[in-house]
Amino acid sequence: MANLTALLYLVAAVLFILSLRGLSSPKTALRGNLYGMVGMTIAILTTFFVANEPVIWLILAAMAAGGLVGAYKARTVAMTAMPELVAAMHSLVGLSAVLIAVAAVFHTGVSHTGAQQIELFIGAFIGAITFTASVVAYGKLSGRFGAKALNFKGQHLLNLVLALTMLGLGLVYYATGSAAAFLMMLAVALALGVLLIVPIGGADMPVVVSMLNSYSGWAAAGIGFTLDNPVLIIAGACVGASGAILSYIMCKAMNRSIISVLLGGFGAEVSAGNGAAGGAKNYRSGSADDAAFLMENAEKVIIIPGYGLAVSRAQHALQELTDLLTERGVDVRYAIHPVAGRMPGHMNVLLAEAEVPYEKVVEMEEINSEFSSADVVLVIGANDVVNPAAKNDPSSAIYGMPILDAYKARTVMVVKRSMNAGYAGLDNELFYMDKTMMVFGDAKKVVEEMLQAVH
Amino acid sequence: MSSLALAASAAAHLPATSGPDPIIASLTIFVLAIFVGYHVVWNVTPALHTPLMAVTNAISGIIVVGAMLQVVDIHAQQITLTSVLGAIAIFLASINIFGGFLVTQRMLDMFKSKKGER
Repeated sequence: MANLTALLYLVAAVLFILSLRGLSSPKTALRGNLYGMVGMTIAILTTFFVANEPVIWLILAAMAAGGLVGAYKARTVAMTAMPELVAAMHSLVGLSAVLIAVAAVFHTGVSHTGAQQIELFIGAFIGAITFTASVVAYGKLSGRFGAKALNFKGQHLLNLVLALTMLGLGLVYYATGSAAAFLMMLAVALALGVLLIVPIGGADMPVVVSMLNSYSGWAAAGIGFTLDNPVLIIAGACVGASGAILSYIMCKAMNRSIISVLLGGFGAEVSAGNGAAGGAKNYRSGSADDAAFLMENAEKVIIIPGYGLAVSRAQHALQELTDLLTERGVDVRYAIHPVAGRMPGHMNVLLAEAEVPYEKVVEMEEINSEFSSADVVLVIGANDVVNPAAKNDPSSAIYGMPILDAYKARTVMVVKRSMNAGYAGLDNELFYMDKTMMVFGDAKKVVEEMLQAVH
Repeated sequence: MSSLALAASAAAHLPATSGPDPIIASLTIFVLAIFVGYHVVWNVTPALHTPLMAVTNAISGIIVVGAMLQVVDIHAQQITLTSVLGAIAIFLASINIFGGFLVTQRMLDMFKSKKGER
């Protein structure tokens, strides 16, 4: 029996890996998701046989209740709110890890070896940090706590002291097996989770969400160690690796080191290095009609959507415009910067929701060589990701960040509410170029006006 | 003892009845799984990074297995501190499992529908 369950766990773990593998292409992704569901079902059914006298009714009731809540959320969540949902789900994994560790500590009649105590301690503190950190991240993303970075003197010292205290309490627990020390350690870890995320500004949220994704995996793996359960270890390790890779990709896309993100403060410091803030500069503005006329007569149009597009819910109107232009023989494509949305791949999902064909959406590295042959670039709701200062102004806060080379196109059109600076608080010289035309207004309204003009 | 020697001695003891501490076996699985995860995830297309995150949310719901092992009879008692904490953890992890897989499905359907039509 023990051999059979171990083999079934292995099957489940392989299915999880296959489900991640499926995501290498949209064609195989749905099958991959199915593999994941089957793997989870196998793992859960197997566990009923592994558990020593399980209280089946209680397990099923808890599962059904959680399943209902999860299914409801999955059906109703808006795609713009995906980052919040994902952050909330990370916090649930963290809290589960904490509860399981506490349950194991208070499991009467079971004594833990030294190694198991260390594993319990590690699983519990990673879980606790993941829990509160994700709650704060959720609050920032959903606008409940305000996205501003909160910095105070001695912040890093306080974190260090807390981390050391936590480790010290862990040692006390290891030496004495005292449940009180374990609970105190948890309390410190919970506080630490809050303090770690509080100083991080809104612009860095894509990194934070990815990082917490990673933590939630490590928390699951930690619990797997405690229970000597290979499927938990394998699944946790894969999720941990996945989150780490996504954090790395996001950092690279913003030209930020993970250390500087963690130390925080970005988004609070408004550009000191940028000299452009002085003296008013000239820019050209035009109407939606002018913009529509230019696009109709172009051969190749590249659209650069930013999060502002999603905020004003203009994706659907934009896709209609794209369809119309395509019918008239214009080659229209979308260029996506890795940090165009508020989490990795977010903009792709927002465009897919608006029925933009997958082939029309091109990643930064593939499309950057094509801007020089584009007649028109239409920038909607994006700013910093097209700022040439990232390439040619070493004093700029975003210098070195990879950008979409919109400035190379023959004509650039920028749809924007006003001349206000972007997320990073920087002025954008692209707006003042001779070939640039600013179209002011709400993205959705402007796109709808363009639609009418093209009709 | 260096970690290399430790690993070697662990390997040497594998067939014996008194094998190495189970933590060594767990650690081996853990490290290898990180490598597998690393290589698999680099192959994920950037366009699907949000679904990737949602599906990893669901997969971290595997922690439900750990929670289930806490919801057990202890000395013929069904409702104990341990089983109640475990049940709450099952509730939370199930939100992740169902929510994660279903929202992934919903997103992937958006990507697919266009494929079929055009």
